[in-house]
Amino acid sequence: MSTLQKTPIIEIRDLSYAYPTDDGSASSNALDHVSLSIEEGSFVSILGHNGSGKSTLAKMMSLILIPDSGSVMIDGKNMSADDVTEEDILEARRKVGMVFQNPDNQIVATVVEEDVAFGPENLGLPSEEIRRRVDEALSLVGMSKYARHAPHKLSGGQKQRIAIAGIIAMRRRCIIFDESTAMLDPAGRKEVMDTIERLNKEEKITVLHITHYMNEAVRGDRVIVMDGGRILMDGTPKEVFSHPQRLWNARLDVPQTTELLYHLKKSGYDVRLDIFDPGECAAEIAKALGKQ
Amino acid sequence: MNLDISFGQYCEGKSVLHRMDPRAKIIASVLYIIVVFLAKNLWSFGLLLLSAAVLILASGISPKIILKGMKALTFIIIFTSVINIFWMKGETLLFSLGFVSVYLEGILNAIMIALRIIVLLIGTSVFMTYTTTPIALTDGLEQLLAPLKKLHLPVHEFSMMMTIALRFIPTLIEETQKIMNAQKARGADFASGSLMKRAKTLIPILVPLFISAFRRAEELATAMECRCYTGGDGRTRMNVLHASPKDVVLCILLVLLGMVVIFTNGLGGYSLSW
Repeated sequence: MSTLQKTPIIEIRDLSYAYPTDDGSASSNALDHVSLSIEEGSFVSILGHNGSGKSTLAKMMSLILIPDSGSVMIDGKNMSADDVTEEDILEARRKVGMVFQNPDNQIVATVVEEDVAFGPENLGLPSEEIRRRVDEALSLVGMSKYARHAPHKLSGGQKQRIAIAGIIAMRRRCIIFDESTAMLDPAGRKEVMDTIERLNKEEKITVLHITHYMNEAVRGDRVIVMDGGRILMDGTPKEVFSHPQRLWNARLDVPQTTELLYHLKKSGYDVRLDIFDPGECAAEIAKALGKQ
Repeated sequence: MNLDISFGQYCEGKSVLHRMDPRAKIIASVLYIIVVFLAKNLWSFGLLLLSAAVLILASGISPKIILKGMKALTFIIIFTSVINIFWMKGETLLFSLGFVSVYLEGILNAIMIALRIIVLLIGTSVFMTYTTTPIALTDGLEQLLAPLKKLHLPVHEFSMMMTIALRFIPTLIEETQKIMNAQKARGADFASGSLMKRAKTLIPILVPLFISAFRRAEELATAMECRCYTGGDGRTRMNVLHASPKDVVLCILLVLLGMVVIFTNGLGGYSLSW
């Protein structure tokens, strides 16, 4: 991994958080002394089963929740210090944006382009600049021809791309996707994943993708596995998915190719585990069978 | 039960009226309402009918659509007219049946009241609902009422509420349909029984609908906050409304129409009593 001496866009130090309970009794920590830093320009996937703390982590990084202890630094600025003002939070939100799970509940306006304009309008930009950004953002997500449509008539994948455009138009350097593909059908999921990947590769936007789909997690350049509010594994997809047993213990799946290769290996075939492409996987199996 | 209502009634088009500033159209509607209430005799109402016809032509909306839109109000129009025929006392008795007497004045009054409702409906719907999108209307209203912000009235918040309400109507209709289907699958019967019984079957629809609406509201608020929404202060708009000369001309024309109506009121003939 390239370790340029740059300020990480997001840095988390020793973060703990427990959701408040109704009767005031102590609940188990949703996050338990988590430390982690996200380099600018990277594509990080965060994996974990329900209740593993991955969504809580996202809410910390987008400053929706305030940590019990520890700190969240956005672009080198400590957002958990006591002297953080409303302005500081707004400033940080201009750098880090978030796309949520349900596309319906994050679209504000009745016309697509009006919704994309909502964020830039909040920033108080001049109207020509807003117009330029909206057109640019819509073409980046491939929704230009729907600019005058009503959002409720679009498909889930299209709505989610509109929500992404709304974040891009604010020129965020980092976008957190909080299970943004979970409510979509396979076609919609592919649309959104392709868009996310393009934003990272071409626009150099830092991507934090929270998901429980393994085939989405392998598309990033770093995978973080959460379990019980802690970071269980952290590394490249190849490193992480080479240990299927550890993922299964954390009640997670591994990509189907990895599972297949793992079982082959257990039966004595000499195969690598870090292959996620079905074609490559087939070649590896053929090679191993040829050797027998 | 079919909930697929065509919402807003906005008709896509490229007419002069469609392209006008929503603020001008809101002002024009108010002026038109005043003019309609100024009209007192048949001459004036003739003029109003003519103006309504001109409006329909200028909007490019087929009269069929407008007639369809008025169907819902046929009952009110007929009802008020009939009441006028039987209740008005006048000088020229036409006939009387037992205790009901019908006077010529009553009939004239009924015709004029009916015309008043019809013209009012055509005017406001052509200016506002048919040629202006709901979002443009809210925008126009917000900017027209902007001076009231000085009096600390929540003008921006009001228009934001309107926008969000408009945005979520189709979503909530869809949701209602889903809940109804789910309850039907559990054996709920919405179509039969007494009125009380049917009203009761609505409870298992409304409760989940409200719960989900509140959840949506919370999520939307978080999403808006993440998009740096802090209220109306310091916000700019992508589409700024520009009043053009034709918007001013429209309002002037309506003032002129009002003056002509006052003039024709003086031409004599039976005058509407209220």
